[in-house]
Amino acid sequence: MVRKRIIPVLLLNEGGLYKTVEFKKASYVGDPINTVKIFNEKEVDELVILDFQASKQGRGIDFAKITEIAGEAFMPMAYGGGIKTFEDAKKVIDAGFEKVVLNSILFSEPLLARKIADVYGEQSVIGAMDVKKNLFGKYGVYSHSGTVKTGETPVEWAKKLAELGAGEIVVNSIDKDGTWSGYDEGLIRQVSSAVGVPVIACGGAGSLEDLKKGIQAGASAVAAGSLFIYQKKGMGVLISFPSTLRV
Amino acid sequence: MIAIINYGLGNLTSILNMFRRIGADAVITSDPAEIAAADKLLLPGVGHFKTGMETLRSSGLVDVLEKEVFEKKKPILGICLGAQLMTKHSEEGDVAGLGWVDARTRKFDASRLSELKIPHMAWSDVSFVDSNPLWTDLPADPRFYHVHSYHFDFEDSADVSATARYGYDFVTAFHRGNIYGTQFHPEKSHKFGMKVLENFAKL
Repeated sequence: MVRKRIIPVLLLNEGGLYKTVEFKKASYVGDPINTVKIFNEKEVDELVILDFQASKQGRGIDFAKITEIAGEAFMPMAYGGGIKTFEDAKKVIDAGFEKVVLNSILFSEPLLARKIADVYGEQSVIGAMDVKKNLFGKYGVYSHSGTVKTGETPVEWAKKLAELGAGEIVVNSIDKDGTWSGYDEGLIRQVSSAVGVPVIACGGAGSLEDLKKGIQAGASAVAAGSLFIYQKKGMGVLISFPSTLRV
Repeated sequence: MIAIINYGLGNLTSILNMFRRIGADAVITSDPAEIAAADKLLLPGVGHFKTGMETLRSSGLVDVLEKEVFEKKKPILGICLGAQLMTKHSEEGDVAGLGWVDARTRKFDASRLSELKIPHMAWSDVSFVDSNPLWTDLPADPRFYHVHSYHFDFEDSADVSATARYGYDFVTAFHRGNIYGTQFHPEKSHKFGMKVLENFAKL
């Protein structure tokens, strides 16, 4: 049996941690350092930290904060949000993160992924995509925190991301974000069967059962926010993490 | 003092962070004098073998390292690519390595992985097969974070000190005299990795 990675995704914004529902209604969760310390004590498999408004607001990277975060975490760590150049990526990696998450920037600077992969390896580049269904049930990829329609379909964009040098792909469902209603398994299945690189399912997980379903749909790893941050849907903050997931 | 060798590749900060947490004295350096003054060495590395080997050679540090490791017998720990570089050859780029251990670095055999994807990027259970001092007092059910597409292939099992399984059993750590190597990342493996680095610091 192979252990499957379970990955809490934490949303950073102006020094605090937040959680969204359908990419809106950001609620304050707590202090990032404190939260990362708790996740470290709980020995989580991996952490993804996203400064989720950075590209949309055209903000730079809060290097002081992310360096402090990395100093508290002895597990694999990925950072995304506002990475625009190779230099940005280098500084993030030098801060103690071994993976960088690229999303919006790849629509304007697709070669950035390869540039980073050539130096640090493809395993250090995560291509992330935010996906929304339209009224007719067709999937589309959105950038800039779900505000810009890119015209790409998830399958084609995933293939492109792998080609561009992404060693992993996070598929995040905007419709499912913060809903506790399970992953969009159809979406996960489509994308993971289209690419050779590992796919990380994200968006909607509300139970351990949902995590398993994500793996069964073809994901190599499963990510979630609310599930690890809140006690239950609609309830207060309680950082938790399942001990292990073997599938 | 542990010298974390900076030849331009690797998660140096993470390794330094963990040594700091342990309370071990460590420094990130590419200065031959500082390396000569250290009592232990750590060779990190991530990325492509050929790039790693070229970068290490052009850093001019190979002679310095070989002197410290073979003449002064200083303990050295290679992590991930840093450990692979200690082998004779890698299929990644088809280039010669440092040749410090009797092993080669080979690509995961996809035909034996069935549906598993390359790279092996996962926390994996590790089986320990010798009395490597780095394994002293490890917490129960040790698991370590791996991320690699290539693995060690040893000519004989004498230097093999741990294996893990991904489709098939592969060597994930070795030990030959004062030379230690792990495919996994102790600096990213919570209390398990912390114990390994603590044991290394205490050697």
